[in-house]
Amino acid sequence: MTDFNYTLWIFLIPFLVFILLGLAGHRLKARISGLLGTAALGVVTVLSYITAYFYYFRTAGINDVFRKITVFDSTWLHFTDTLEIKMGILLDPISVMMLIVISTVSLMVHIYSLGYMKGEKGFERYYSFLSLFAFSMMGLVVATNIFQMYIFWELVGISSYLLIGFYYQKPEAVRASKKAFIVTRFADLGFLIGILLLSFNTRTFDFSVLTDPQGTAIAHSSGISFLGLSVTTWSMILVYLGGVGKSAMFPFHIWLPDAMEGPTPVSALIHAATMVVAGVYLVARMFPVYFFAAPAALEIVAWIGAFSSLFAAIIACTQTDIKRVLAYSTISQIGYMMLALGVSGYGGHDGLGFMASMFHLFTHAMFKALLFLCAGAIIHAVHSNFMIDMGGLRKYLPLTHLTFLIACLAISGIPPFSGFFSKDEILAAAFHHNKVLFFIEYAVAGITAFYMFRLYFTVFRGEDRHYHTVPHEAPPTMTIPLIILATAAAFSGFIPFSKLVTSDGKAFQTHIEWGIAIPSVLIATTGIGTAYVMYVRNPSLPGRIISIFKHSYKLALNKFYIDEMYLFITKKIIFRYISEPVAWFDRHIVDGTMNALAIVTQVVSFRIREFQSGQLQKYAFFFISGTILLALTLIYLLH
Amino acid sequence: MNAGIPLSYFLILAAVMFFTGIYGFLTRRNLITILMSVELILNSVNINFLALNRYLFPHKLEGFFFSLFIITVAAAEAAVAIALIINIYRRFTTINVEDVNIMKY
Amino acid sequence: MTLNQLMFILFASIIVVFSILTVTSRRILRAAVYLLFVLISTAGLYFMLNYAFLAAVQLTLYAGGIVVLIIFSILLTSHISLKFEPVEWKKSLFSALAAIAGALITIITILDFTFSATNEAAREVNMRLVGKSLLSVGSDGYILPFEVISVLLLAAMVAAIIIAKKGGPKSTDTQTSNYQ
Repeated sequence: MTDFNYTLWIFLIPFLVFILLGLAGHRLKARISGLLGTAALGVVTVLSYITAYFYYFRTAGINDVFRKITVFDSTWLHFTDTLEIKMGILLDPISVMMLIVISTVSLMVHIYSLGYMKGEKGFERYYSFLSLFAFSMMGLVVATNIFQMYIFWELVGISSYLLIGFYYQKPEAVRASKKAFIVTRFADLGFLIGILLLSFNTRTFDFSVLTDPQGTAIAHSSGISFLGLSVTTWSMILVYLGGVGKSAMFPFHIWLPDAMEGPTPVSALIHAATMVVAGVYLVARMFPVYFFAAPAALEIVAWIGAFSSLFAAIIACTQTDIKRVLAYSTISQIGYMMLALGVSGYGGHDGLGFMASMFHLFTHAMFKALLFLCAGAIIHAVHSNFMIDMGGLRKYLPLTHLTFLIACLAISGIPPFSGFFSKDEILAAAFHHNKVLFFIEYAVAGITAFYMFRLYFTVFRGEDRHYHTVPHEAPPTMTIPLIILATAAAFSGFIPFSKLVTSDGKAFQTHIEWGIAIPSVLIATTGIGTAYVMYVRNPSLPGRIISIFKHSYKLALNKFYIDEMYLFITKKIIFRYISEPVAWFDRHIVDGTMNALAIVTQVVSFRIREFQSGQLQKYAFFFISGTILLALTLIYLLH
Repeated sequence: MNAGIPLSYFLILAAVMFFTGIYGFLTRRNLITILMSVELILNSVNINFLALNRYLFPHKLEGFFFSLFIITVAAAEAAVAIALIINIYRRFTTINVEDVNIMKY
Repeated sequence: MTLNQLMFILFASIIVVFSILTVTSRRILRAAVYLLFVLISTAGLYFMLNYAFLAAVQLTLYAGGIVVLIIFSILLTSHISLKFEPVEWKKSLFSALAAIAGALITIITILDFTFSATNEAAREVNMRLVGKSLLSVGSDGYILPFEVISVLLLAAMVAAIIIAKKGGPKSTDTQTSNYQ
């Protein structure tokens, strides 16, 4: 089992299921196609766990260093003798960790959807798209080279598009899917240019060459510079731009809240746990290049992460749609991960930030998927997305309440839940790197606790709302994933990540820095307390506070008018001053030239058509005149 | 009986007759008159054949027989053409070549 | 001027004048009659060339057959007093130019060319010879074209009957009115 050849099936099985359900799904019964997809993903999950077991505990840990294992790598496109694109499977600590995350959350979502999506039109379509997503996400994380990653990167974008637009009869869903696709595609343009620049500079796509700290790729990277930064730095910034788009960092965050129009389990899987962290994964994958060759780009990563986390946390406090709160919370938490990568060093204990980022990615995937699935259960019970329609649900949904509480405690960083450990590592890494970033993250930790418990208190405490039907607990297909994920969210903090997932593959010792941890727990508690006071004790308080900070509240409620700014820039500036002249040019000059050609041809043809009159006598006339001329020529001119 | 008349006289006469036929063929609109022009053309060819046969190769019979065949062909052609013309007239109530045009375009 | 020449000039002038009248006359029946004159004069030329048999064929077949056929069809298709519209001057001009140019070239070429006759003895073309040649093979044997011509005549006869026969319901008068 240590040759890892079976890892091929991890992403072949979802692909085959996608093909099967996509082509023949409508012939199968909905329930059977759902069970088929779930069973296939169950197999994938088992394989992933086997892979992880053998990678972490049997093979790779020789001499305490986790090697990169290339299971296979076959040429896919051959450009030149030195440049070719390969497809393969690369196992290293982060890709194996991602396999665990993706397969676990995917499996939970598959099971959950059996209940949540029951009776929906297009059930089998839903499962085929989920399989497509699983396939492409697996392909993304095990990519052996940056181009393979890009291909699968686009494939996850497509599956995200398809799943956001699952309810294609809803205009909002269609709009949201288009928005998500266009925004991320726009960012991916940067990614592609970055890849081309990088590969031009280093003559390789391969991660094993690119990210080797002693390798030629990094050593050759300095040299040509542009606007004061080296070309490598620029290319890494452009690559990061792709990550910004996919991970919904500022300023490309606008698609993620709208993406909540998709089915809730999809939000849990794609827009909370797996796809949106692809940007983080990308930076982690390219981390040695960032650290050794493009420190300026890494600084940008850190600052964008910090800003996004603060920015999204503030907006999250004002949102009223339960899924949107969670969406902004996701942006905020991914900001944490980006920040952790940005402040990280390389190797040993210096790589604390890297480890913390991956750790947080793992724990976040668990508790955020849990939060979304809980939200799904709540929406399922009350048939509304809005917090105003919820309240006092504790007694109706006891199980959901308990799991939601665990997730809230985990995200707020209360020990001993998982979020505490990962967040503490991030704060520690930030503290050693840059105090400003550190204090921003402290503040964000408090705000996070506040808005999560604002959600919790409004939904589960408070007085009952007027419900059409009495809310009831979800069926077991939905509650079992909740329990499993809640267990993971509660206890995954005890996984010794510093022994398993590190920047250079070497294990190192960490300990909780109590000087940082205790204040952060205190801040989180303060946040929870504030939420308790505002939403349980004194429900009139929020209204009064809003009336005091009317303008800033309005600003945050409207998401700082970022969407409006985009609309202004696109509609008022780009469309009017660039697109319209281009369209005019296209319509009048390009089309005009074509039309002119056509008209000239037509006019000439009309004239020439006279000769083709179909009148026998005209033909005879031409024939005879021609014969006479021919005779003249032959007799007199050619003698 | 042709003593004293040069060959070229016959040929010139045939040429004039031929191009008169051509002129008629080009200008006439009525199908029957076109047919008549064609008869003129055929006749001029016949005259050519016979004159050349008589003057240049009097011991041979090719010109003679080809004239004979041409007359036969002309008879056949006239028969078919007139059948066609009558049929056309029945359908279109006209035998003007320019008006018979439903198969064009 | 010998009698031969006189006869030739007579026939030639009849042919030329009536040819031109045939193609220019605006009354169709008259054109047919002019054509008859042309054909009869052509028969006269055949006599002059000493092809009596062919002249007879010309008279019976052309003058007696084809022209009668033409006159019949004229009577069937046109009113007797129908007068054609004059030809467009443009069409007439260009056609005349083409015809005259062609005639000129031909005539000039004929006059330029020196014809060389053989010295072989002339052969009398009598009915016996014609009949034998038509039915024999080898040199002076024309059985193959004779057979081809007979098949052609048969085909033409069948075709003429089929075409001129009043067709099925498609050629009824109600149908023809659609084309007008």
